[in-house]
Parts: sequence; structure tokens; C-alpha cells
Amino acid sequence: MSAPTTTYRECCKQAIRAALLADPRVFLMGEDVGRYGGCYAVSKGLLDEFGPERIRDTPLSESAFVGAGIGAAIAGMRPIVEIMTVNFSLLALDQILNNAATIPHMSGGQFAIPLVIRMATGGGRQLAAQHSHSLEGWYAHIPGLKILAPATLEDARYMLAPALLDPNPVLIFEHIMLYNLEGVLDPAVTSVDIEHAAIRRPGRDVTLVTYGGSLPETLAAAETLAREGIEAEVIDLRVLRPLDEATILESVRRTRRCVIVDEGWRSGSLSAEIGMRIAEQAFYELDAPLRRVCSAEVPMPYAGHLERAALPNRERIAAAVRTLLRPGS
Amino acid sequence: MSAKIRLDRQRLLALLREMIRIRRFEAKCVELYQAQKIRGFLHLYDGEEAVSVGVMAVLRPEDWVVATYREHGQALARGIPMRALMAEMLGKLEGCCRGRGGSMHIFDARTRFLGGNAIVGGGLPLAVGTALADKMQGRAALTCCFFGEGAVDEGEFHESLNLAELWKLPVLFVCENNLYSMGTPLEIAEAETDIAKKAGCYRMPSEAVDGMDVVAVEAAAARAAERIRSGEGPCFLECRTYRFRAHSMFDAQLYRSKEEVEAWRARDPIDRLARWMHDNGLLHTGEREAIEAEIDREIEDAVRFAEAGSLEPVEELERFVLMDEIPQERLVAGAAP
Repeated sequence: MSAPTTTYRECCKQAIRAALLADPRVFLMGEDVGRYGGCYAVSKGLLDEFGPERIRDTPLSESAFVGAGIGAAIAGMRPIVEIMTVNFSLLALDQILNNAATIPHMSGGQFAIPLVIRMATGGGRQLAAQHSHSLEGWYAHIPGLKILAPATLEDARYMLAPALLDPNPVLIFEHIMLYNLEGVLDPAVTSVDIEHAAIRRPGRDVTLVTYGGSLPETLAAAETLAREGIEAEVIDLRVLRPLDEATILESVRRTRRCVIVDEGWRSGSLSAEIGMRIAEQAFYELDAPLRRVCSAEVPMPYAGHLERAALPNRERIAAAVRTLLRPGS
Repeated sequence: MSAKIRLDRQRLLALLREMIRIRRFEAKCVELYQAQKIRGFLHLYDGEEAVSVGVMAVLRPEDWVVATYREHGQALARGIPMRALMAEMLGKLEGCCRGRGGSMHIFDARTRFLGGNAIVGGGLPLAVGTALADKMQGRAALTCCFFGEGAVDEGEFHESLNLAELWKLPVLFVCENNLYSMGTPLEIAEAETDIAKKAGCYRMPSEAVDGMDVVAVEAAAARAAERIRSGEGPCFLECRTYRFRAHSMFDAQLYRSKEEVEAWRARDPIDRLARWMHDNGLLHTGEREAIEAEIDREIEDAVRFAEAGSLEPVEELERFVLMDEIPQERLVAGAAP
């Protein structure tokens, strides 16, 4: 009998459910997490099981409920705060940067903030320019935060537990195109770390560094390239801050080529950071220039054809790789 | 003066003493600032002492305090040792935040003092959170959140009052209305200048009190705290006060008249209490001077301690960016040993 299939959404839910069962200090709060069941239906059913104290619907007050999460974490709880989508998180950016990321250091190490903030990110569902951006790279700029981007069922299911055990504020970015991802949860995996990048596909010719919603497209591009005789190694960053440089550099030193795929805007992006770290530390081991595939530098348009043109996709990724391995093609 | 609190001589002397202590501590800070030993921003509480002293008198060790960047008064009244405070002002390792916070960011886990918050309004959501945690964990503590009337302009004020009342959280909101947010008078920032009334919009019991009268502040805070501790939800206290000195050390005070400042100085909370006590035979000749001399000795000791303090090694610069433990769980008052 084969294992039943599940979805990324269900894995996120089971992760929250397991956390609530494991620790009475854990509670979930955010907009529409209770009665509605979560904007992306992640928390559906949890209100009935855990009640309104622990599955706590909030008013549309991102700054107040994120700040309340920070205060509650300081005072002994283990909150999971859900922000409906990354664009809305900007309303709480003051709390995230000026308080969550800052208080431990500014207080001389007197207060830690064991808080988890989850939010949806990314484009692909024609939700237009105020619901579709990928701003996790901005958050990865901030010292004091840990930034996670689960891209697989196993990470969706198991990253939350170590995030809640971590004494630092951890932001988890769930890509909206991954919620419907279906598959079988590997029964051999019962926990994951939140420190290391993972090589999702080994290869000898080029390293593709990506994360989150771009992982499936990058893996698809690698399959296309394999049929052309190009073996691409695909690294899933998983953790956007602190970056696992060692895994990236080890791979790039082997393949001597690298393309970074990042759904964020190119200028000042996470891809720029990764590229620069490779340039700083592995420049002489490269056989080709570094390349990037990022989102077009536009507010995400509504129309489907324009949105598709704005986002990284397998064709653009494969094309970028070909320029490195077959100059002139 | 209210009848609800004890007004015996010792109690009044303690209030008077604490206000004088704050006033003189800050006068020393000005000297040290002029000598360039304290740098950065320095926001003085001069004139507003009755607010923190009156409110703090009703708090308990298990309560949380969230304050602003103008928090020397709260820090001292809450019981943070003056030595640790002065060392922090001088940027020394022996400071309560190892010199990382400075004047605007005083934190002290032992007294549950959660800043020192220099983003106006930014402390209110934190207060909602500590109160939420206390309520969810069944602890009979309250969170006292201080902020200026400038915070009323911020969305976080409204979001936080709403959330606190909606969830019936044990928060005592204390607005220190000193009439100016930096140089902007209340009436050109707010359509409704009656701040206590705004709290009423969130169905929160609220009261405006003469913030230059420490006994009135304490009485009002005691009433509010009693209600909060009974589990009925948050309360709001607007303390009408005035800062006698500039907003910070870089302020030429072009926005208010000398006559206005003088009129408020005539209501000085320290002189007022001392005069009232004297007139009622509760403060004897020479007693105030004796208190001042004793406090000056404490201040001199704190300055010596701070000046003799060490600098945090630069190798420690990145320490505590990421934490490897949750230190407040062993540091805060009432934490398990």
C-alpha cells in the first residue's frame, strides 16, 4: 500500500496542529485564521479543535498584532503570527525591524524574542500588484531575523517546530503557488534543520541556486537541460538568513558556473547578495560569468500574460544556463 | 487630593524624594552632556516627574513597564539602579544594556522594564502582547504602557487600544500629554484634542488627571490598576503635564513662548508637593535640603561608577544579534530560580 498523497497546504496545517499539541504556550493569531480558516485555508478546522484563545482572529491591525506577538513572546508565550500576505507585512515592518530584530541586541542581550511569523509570498495567481510580490529578500537584509522559505512538503511540515524552538524571531515565507503542491510526504523524514541549504538535484555542469516558489520551475528547467546533456545542480536555499554559504560555494567550486533564480526584483536583491558572495569567495574558480533570473522590475501586473512575462520561469532559467555553457547559442 | 490612597508623611516624603531624585539625576545628565560624556539624543523629563512617580507607586514587581525614549523618570521610579542607568548613559559595559541602548533605550529584565522605545507609538503593541501573555498564562499582572500625546497620531495607538479592549487585556495606558510632539502643538496635530475621550471611543474607562499633581496621579492610577487587576480589561489615564526644558538637547524652542513655560513652571510638581506638605506640617524646615544632599551623594556615586566603568570589547559587537537562549525567563521578577 502506497503512502497517501498530501499537499503543501496540509503540511503547513499539520505543522501548526502539531505545535499546538506539543506546547501549551503556542498559539496562532492573525487575520481570518479562525472562523474563515485562513486566507489560504491553512488553518481550516483548527479553531474547532483548539478554540478561539489559541486560534485567535485579529482585527486588520498588522502592526498591533505583530507587536503583540513580540510582546507575548517576550512574556513567555510562543506565538505563531500569520500575516495574510507579504505586502501587508509592510504595515508591521516597524514592529518587525525596530522591535523584533532589534530588542535583543539593543537591550544588551536581556530579552530574546522567540516568535514565528508566517506569511504568504509571491506571484502567479493574478492577484496583481498589492498581493503578489516577493519581499523576503528585504527581510533577509535585517540582522536579528531568521528567514525561512519552505519549498517542499517536508519543509512545510517540519520547519515550524525548530522555528518555534529557536530563541529568535523567525519569518516563514510560504509561496502561494506551492500551497496546492501535491505529493507523498517522505516517511523517513520526521524533522528538518533550519540552518542548511539542500541540494535538490545533483549535477556537474552548473549550479542553480533558488528557493521557495521558484524551486519547481528551476527543477523543471534542470530536466529540460538534462535532455540537452547539461547536468544542472539545484540548490534550494531553504534558509534565506543566515545564508548557508558553504553549500553554495562548495557546489559552485565543483560546477564552476552559477545561475541564481530569485522571484524578487533584481536590483538590491537576495540574488545580488548571493552573487556577490560567490564573487568575493570563488571568483577565480568560475568558468563563466554569474547569471541571474529575477522578476521583471515592475509592480506585478494583473493580466495573466503580463504576470507570466514578469516572473521567472523554466524557459528563462534554461535559456540563462545555455548562455553559460554554449556561448552564442 | 484624593482620599483613596494613604497620605501619611512617610508616603508623601517618598513621592517627593523620588521626584527630586529624577530631577537632579537629569540635571547631572545635562552637565555630562555638555561635557560630551553623554552623546546622541538626550530627552529630559524635567516637569513631568509626577507622572512616572505617581503611576509607578501602584505597580508591583510582576507588572511589565513599557516606556518611551523620554524614560529616565520611569526607569528610576521603577527601581533600575541609578548606577546601571548612569553607566548606560555613558555607554559603558556596566550599563543596564551594556551601553548598546543609551538614553533612549533603557531595558531591564529584572524589573520587567521593556524599553526605552524610540519609535513613537511602537511600544503600545508590545504592551498589548505582554498583557496578552499574562492573561493567557493566568498571571495576575498588568502592563503599564507610557507614551506621549504624539503617539495618539499614530495608527498603532488606535490599533492597540482597540485590541486591548477587545480582548480585555490588563493594560494601563498612560498618556503623558505634555502638549507638544517635539515642536508641534497638539491642536495642530489632532482634530480632537481631548485625548481621554479618544480612549472612550474604544469603550475603555478613561480619565484625565492633573499630571503636575503626584498624589492625584497616584490616586487615578490606583483606581485604574484596581479595575485592571479585577480582570475587567484595560484603562486609560491621560496625565496633563508639561516639559520645562527643550524636547532634546538640539531644540531652540521656537514653537512656544517663555511666558507659557514660566506659567507651567509655577505648577512645578516638586515645589507644589513640597509647599503643600510644608503648609500642612508634613515637611519640616531643612528636610528638602537634606533629601537633596542625600540624592546628590547617590548621583555622585553613580557618576563615579559610570566613569570608572569599562567599554564593551569590540569583539562583542555582534553578540546578541542572534540569541542562543531566552534570558528573560531567568531574569525577570518572579521567574523560577
